[in-house]
Formats: sequence, structure tokens, C-alpha cells
Amino acid sequence: MKNLDQIRQKYVEQYRRKLGKDRIVVGLGTCGIAAGGNKVLQAIKEEVASRGLDVEIDFTSCIGMCYCEPVVEIALAGAPSVIYGNIIPDKVAKLIESHIVNKTPVYEWAAIQIPGEAAPYEGISVMEKFPYYEKQVRSVTSRLGRTNPESIVDYIATGGYEGIEKALQTDKQAIIDEIKKSGLRGRGGGGFPTGTKWQFVYDAQDDKKYAVCNADEGDPGAFMDRSVLEGDPHSVLEGMMIAGYAIGADEGYIYCRAEYPLAIRRLNLAIAQAEEHGLLGDNILDSGFSFRIKIKAGAGAFVCGEETALLNSIEGERGMPRVRPPFPANKGLWQKPTVLNNVETYANVPFIIRYGGDWYAKMGTETSKGSKVFCLTGKVNNTGLMEVPMGITLRDIIFSIGGGIQGGKEFKAVQSGGPSGGCIPAEHLDTPIDYDSLTALGAIMGSGGLVVMDETTCMVDVAKFFLNFTQNESCGKCTPCREGTKRMLEILQRICEGEGELEDLDTLERLCKVIKNSALCGLGQTCPNPIATTLKYFRSEYEAHIIDKRCPAGVCTALKVYTILEDKCTGCGACARNCPTGAITGAKKEPHVIDTEKCIKCGTCIPKCKFDAITTA
Amino acid sequence: MEMVKLIINGKEVEVPSGTTILEAAEQMGINIPRLCYMKGLSSAGACRLCVVEVKGARALVASCATAVTPGMEVQTHSPDVMEARRTILELLIANHTPDCLTCEKMGECKLAEYCYEYGVKESSFKGEKHNYPIETSNPFIVRDMNKCILCGKCVRVCDEITGQNVMGFAYRGFNCKPAPFYDDELVESNCVFCGQCVAVCPTGALTEKQMQKKGRRWELERVKTTCPFCGTGCNFDLLVKDNQIVGVASNPTSVVNGYALCVKGRFGWDFVHNEKRIKTPLIKKDGQFVPASWDEALDLIAARFKEIKEKYGPDSFAALSSARCTNEENFLVQKFTRAVMGTNNVDHCART
Repeated sequence: MKNLDQIRQKYVEQYRRKLGKDRIVVGLGTCGIAAGGNKVLQAIKEEVASRGLDVEIDFTSCIGMCYCEPVVEIALAGAPSVIYGNIIPDKVAKLIESHIVNKTPVYEWAAIQIPGEAAPYEGISVMEKFPYYEKQVRSVTSRLGRTNPESIVDYIATGGYEGIEKALQTDKQAIIDEIKKSGLRGRGGGGFPTGTKWQFVYDAQDDKKYAVCNADEGDPGAFMDRSVLEGDPHSVLEGMMIAGYAIGADEGYIYCRAEYPLAIRRLNLAIAQAEEHGLLGDNILDSGFSFRIKIKAGAGAFVCGEETALLNSIEGERGMPRVRPPFPANKGLWQKPTVLNNVETYANVPFIIRYGGDWYAKMGTETSKGSKVFCLTGKVNNTGLMEVPMGITLRDIIFSIGGGIQGGKEFKAVQSGGPSGGCIPAEHLDTPIDYDSLTALGAIMGSGGLVVMDETTCMVDVAKFFLNFTQNESCGKCTPCREGTKRMLEILQRICEGEGELEDLDTLERLCKVIKNSALCGLGQTCPNPIATTLKYFRSEYEAHIIDKRCPAGVCTALKVYTILEDKCTGCGACARNCPTGAITGAKKEPHVIDTEKCIKCGTCIPKCKFDAITTA
Repeated sequence: MEMVKLIINGKEVEVPSGTTILEAAEQMGINIPRLCYMKGLSSAGACRLCVVEVKGARALVASCATAVTPGMEVQTHSPDVMEARRTILELLIANHTPDCLTCEKMGECKLAEYCYEYGVKESSFKGEKHNYPIETSNPFIVRDMNKCILCGKCVRVCDEITGQNVMGFAYRGFNCKPAPFYDDELVESNCVFCGQCVAVCPTGALTEKQMQKKGRRWELERVKTTCPFCGTGCNFDLLVKDNQIVGVASNPTSVVNGYALCVKGRFGWDFVHNEKRIKTPLIKKDGQFVPASWDEALDLIAARFKEIKEKYGPDSFAALSSARCTNEENFLVQKFTRAVMGTNNVDHCART
């Protein structure tokens, strides 16, 4: 069998030469591009050209700090890399003048530095000590924001394809045993032990098998898989190749949602590069193992993230779940034994093969090993992507990494696992996160989306949001999901409009139980979770909507009652002048009043009041 | 054959491997309700009415689609199962036109049957109902999607039995419904109007246009017969009221065709009671067709055939037989042509 030694040596040299130069690197993940990263890159190119500087200009993907995109990294030869946040084109001239020309970082814009072997700058946080990164580990995400995702040189130079090289010289069963030993569980949400799944497919007797990658990440607020695909596409390919070799498959599919065009572009590029290097195709590295990967773009149905609906969709059928059993491991794509894992699961595989299952199993809890990538969004200061060891607490994620709640407001709940997950209240913030602890709380790990909510969030409204989502995305095949989510949504809508009755809560509970118990697929069985958990932890909010006709968070428009607080109102008249319906009246310098008959609850008055005298609760 | 032992409702039962829980229960005389399941079609597991409790399973399982395993312990009517079935029925009728009094399917409606069995009088779920226009634009099938419970049997039967694949599911969530391509009307699709979908529809969503207001289902006498249209020999039941045929229904015991029929067999029976139907032979006399007896007609034919053969020779004669004839009749035609008329000029309209 051939090896990659020669090419690796060449690429390591090439990679080192790149790092040995003065460099400017722009973060061009979808988040960076959306924040204006391409314009920043253009401005940098122009500035460097106009000054005639000899600087390597490169790009990378998302390093995780989505809250301060666009991110620009500048490293002088032999000096630490400094990562700047919130860089707009107007800041580029000063940045280059100071950091490149005058060799002095712009301290006030610097977020973190990565010193490597160099002496760190004074006054800039070192990445590992920076609150956002201090409790993180970087394994699956190690190349994100650090290498050029479109360069196979960077990938191979940083240990890429060592895993498949090693795997091809290993017994297939030994590879599966190594994955079992690592304790890796499916990162898509279900948490099924990956090694066991591979074993089923390995044991299945058939002349044709498939390895399929689920990249149909659809949970609101989840972008782990996108970040990995955009930042390290080769690692996913390598993981699939190792899986394919271990189970005896010669073909793989990546089912990626079409809403991820950059991920698809980078995957296509990575596949072409891997094929050029003889790492994909016939007789890989003269080992006798052949493997090809095709990309199938999804058409936007959330349910296609469910594994059997995904398989139907690849086959050209409507994305509707199949009854299980038979499971895909026995009858998957075109009725052939199929391993189906998600992006993050596959991306973990090369590391496990390179460093061993024991290495991986050192991290994490008793039942959930390794690290997990999460996306933190919502009312938290630092939104972004993070990789943390299993077993970390929600408090650490939200308050240490996430930097606490925006505007110093009170934390109320965190929604884990998207529409299939649940809302976890403050009293459970110290629960160590793993698959089983989250399930015990009524939520799920899901793919890793965490949406933080503060005191201004109405929990009934949150449940309504998720039910609206699942009702729209229900495939319509089974009765409990199709009809049940509709009726649950209608009840929630009535409650939010002040037309709920206490019996509605019993009806909701019955529907939650029956749907969870009788729906066909994972989407249906878990869709009551947002209601079940908010009913369990925030029942008083439901009751306030029903009994008092009041929305405690002041969110539900129909239940808002605009009133002016007498003790705070100075009678300035700003509210009355701006009220479109003339509902506010009062004498000058006297407290004003709102006529609730005339008030249309448009909310215009609130920002006009400089004395916080108007309430809606 | 490998046998599997399992326990259903506390009683041990032994069935061949591959048997579903639903079939195993049926063998023990336990009736499990089902709307989307039909023998001969693939199992969709969609209606969820057939769910049962299996010890150790995370959730209830669809008995129509789950094969038995050794030692499996099944409860077919446990409190959780009953609650799920009642709730599912309530959910279905919450979005169903409540016009059972005038519904054409009344008496044969599976939804009504199960609501009766499970005591579901009304739904506790109030809210939006579909308000689709009723499709009557074709001569054979009335499609009232407001009564559709999305069992999907029409979709599967069209694909798996007829092979026409006209129907699929359109839209998502509450708005999901079976529909031809582009959610167009049947006449605009490549539907061949075989009516298999009507035969398998468990509710009044698909009914026979010719049968509208012709009688309640329980008034109709079923008379098994053979289709007169072609030599395939399909069997079906004539639905008869007051000695008048009002429709045709599939008879699943038919050896040749099972449920399947074509548009002629299922919908082409109206000639039977047509007043213009010819009931005796007619012989043209002085430019006018005059009724004659069979003896008279056959004597005339024999005389003329003989005349032609004698005057112009046997090869002046040719026989073309019909696909509507039975095999025996076709045999006799060629025998007559060769042995009596003395020519090999014999052919058949279905020869390829």
C-alpha cells in the first residue's frame, strides 16, 4: 500500500512557509461573510497593494466568536497571532498601518491572541485564558478558524488523512472496536452508540452498502454542522471514508441542505481535491479499497433530517419517514445496509482513529464521552460556536463562555435541542450536560443548539413558536403529528390571546403524552417537548395567561395592558403627542392616563417615554 | 417454516416468523383497528390507530408494520393504547365533515365504525377544518378531501397495484393531502379511472359518482359476477338494489384480479339497464331492422356462409375474434373457421 509520507512532507513545508510570513487572515464562514467579511478582505487586499507590502493574505472559516464577526487575524513572522473582532473596511487602514507597518497590534480592537511558540503581547488575552475559550476544548473544531478550509495542503499538513491511512492498514473489526472503545455517540441528537451502529452494518450480509452523512441541520439556532462543513470539510470526508472501509461500503452520500451553499461548495472542492490525490475513487492508496462520495442537496424540509425521510429523499421520493424496523443498518438506502451518521460524528472519527479510543474516552461523563459542539444563541452576550467536554454545566456554557445575559437581565431558561428539545429552567443550570441528564430533564441533547431566554421571554410564546415550526414542518404522514401539532398550536394561540381555559392545560398534557407515545418518527415523538417542559417548569405562566389574562413577560400582544405609572409620569406629554389613536390624555405636568378602549397596543409610546413610566404587564 | 412464540394479552401464541403483531392478534381473534393497513399493500404505519404496547419498547408500536419477535409481550388494549386510539380518532373527526347522515359511505365507513367501537361521539379539539371544494369534474369519482384522513391507501394502491402512480402527497403539516401531480384535478392527470383508490378508501373521501343517492350501503345486495368486457375474466360484486344494478364493488376473493379492476369493469355497467340495448337478433328486411328469433337468425347466417363458400371458395372467408370472448368461445371460432369454413383466415383483436 502507498502512503502519504512524501506528499505530507511537501505540504508541511509549504504550510510552514505560509505561517512563517507576515499574514492577514479573514474569517470567511457564512457568519463572517454575512457580517461583511468579503468587503473587509477586499479592503485588506487594496490596502496591502497600495502600500506594496509583502504580506500573505489568506482566509479561514469561523473560529467560533460569531458575536464579533467579521474576525481578522494578523500574525507577524515569529510573533503571536492576534485575532481582531468587529473589523469593518474603515478599520483596515489603521489595522495594517499599526500592526503590519509599525509592528504594534491595535490593542483596543484585539479580542485574543494565539502566541504559539512566540512571547505573548502584553495586554491581549491569550486564547486559552480568554473567558470564551477557557472552558472549551478544540478537537473537532481544531481547524476551524485556523486553517484554510479550501486547501488540502493545510488539511494534510495538520495531520489530515492520517486516520484513513492508519485505518487502511487495520482490520475492519478492530476499527469498529476502536470506535466502540471511544464511547462516541451520535452527535445528531439521538445519541446512539456509533460503534454499535457500525457493527450492525458490518454484520449485515450484502454485496452493496452505503455510508451516508446527515448534513440536513435544521433546528432553529443550530449551526454546528455548517461550521464544521465550512471549516473542515476534509475531516467529514475522511470520517466517512473510515466508516465506509470499516463497514464494507464503496459509496457515500452527504445529504446537505441547499440552504448551506458555502458548505456544499467547499465539500465539492474537498471531494475534487481528495480525488486528485487518490484519496477518493478506485483502489485508494493501492489498498484495494474504493470509495466515492456524492452530495445530495436537500430541498428544505426539516423532516429530512430524520434518517429514514432523508433516505427517501436521496432516493427521489418525498421526504417522509419510513416505519422502523427495519432500521437503516439493515435496510437503508435503496434497501441496502447503511451507516447514517451526522457531520459532527463523522468529523470525530479521524481523531479517534489517530489518537485512539482511549484518548477520546478520557473526556466526558460515564455515559457520554468526548466533546460536543454547541451553538449558543439568544439573549446571551457571546453568541457563537463552542466545543466543550461532555459533563460541563449549562451554567458554565451560558455564564462563563457565553458571558451571561444581555443587558444584565435575569436568566429564565435555555432551550436545548431545537423543536424536539425542551426548556430548562435556572434551577437545573448546574446539571452536567450529557445525553441522559438532558433527557431526564425533558429536553434532549439534540444536535447542539442552545437558545438562551431571559425574563422578557414568554414561555407560552416560546412553546407556540416551536409548535408553529413543527406543525409547518410535519410531513403529514401520521395522524398524531399532523393533526395533534395543529390542535396544540391552536390551543397555545388561544392561550396567548387570552381565550384559554384551564381545561386546555389538561388537553395539552393529554396530547403531549399521546403524540410522544404514538407518533411515527422522532420528529413527531419529540415535538411535544417544548410544551411538556414549559408546562412542567413554567406552569404559573400558563395560568397567568388563562386565569389573570396576563402575560407576565409582557410579550403576548393581546394580553398587554398599557398603563402609565402615576409615580413615574412627569406629564411631559411625549407619549400623548405620539399616540396614533389619541388614547393618551392628561394635563401638562400631571400624570397622564391611557384609555384602553382606544389603545391599539402598537407600543409607540414606550420608547417615547424617558421615565420608564409606561408598562404593559 | 421458522415459528416464533410470543405473548399477546397474556396468552402465548405461535406464529410463523415474519408475521406482524396485527396478523398474530387476528389469528387469536383479537381485532385491532386499522385505517391505513391493507393486506396486499405495503405497510405505511401512518394512521397509528393500530398501535399496541410492547414490553420494553420506548413508545407504542404500529402493529401493522412490526414483525413479531421471540418472547415479545404485547398488550393490544391497555389503558395507554386505548387513550392513544381515542385521541387519534378525536383528532381525525376534529377535521372531518360531520355529514354522516347523508354521506355515501355511511355503513361502510371505517372511521365511523371505530368511533362507534371506541365511544368517540365528538372531538374535544375545536379549531380549523379543511374547506376544500368537492371535485366532481370527472364522470366516475367524487373526491371530497374534507373527509380524507390521509391513510394514503389511494396513493399506495395506485402505485403498487395499478402501477399508474397518479397520486402522491402534496403540502406539509395540517395541509398535507393526497393529490395528483400539481394538485390538479383527476381529469388533468394521467389517471385511468380504474377506481382502485375508491375501492380502498376507508371514508367518504372517494366515492363512485354513479352511486350517489342510489341507496345506503346496507341496502345493497352483493351479487358476484364475471366482468363481460374482456377475456381476463375479472370477478367483482354487482351492487344491487330493487333488482337494479347501482354499482360495482371489488371482491377481494376474486382469484384472477383481487381488488383490481379497470375503468370498464368498475364503471362501465350502465349499459345493463339501457333502454336502447339490443335484446334479440335483428334482421334487415326492406331496409329496416326487424326483430327475429335466434333460430331464424342463425339459419340465415348458415345459409349465407354456405353460399359464399360455394361461390367464392373457403379463402373468401375470414374470422376476426374478440377479446371480449372467453377462451372457449375463441377456440370455437377458430375451430369453426378451419373445420367448417375450411380456411386458416382467422385472427384475434388482441393478437400482438
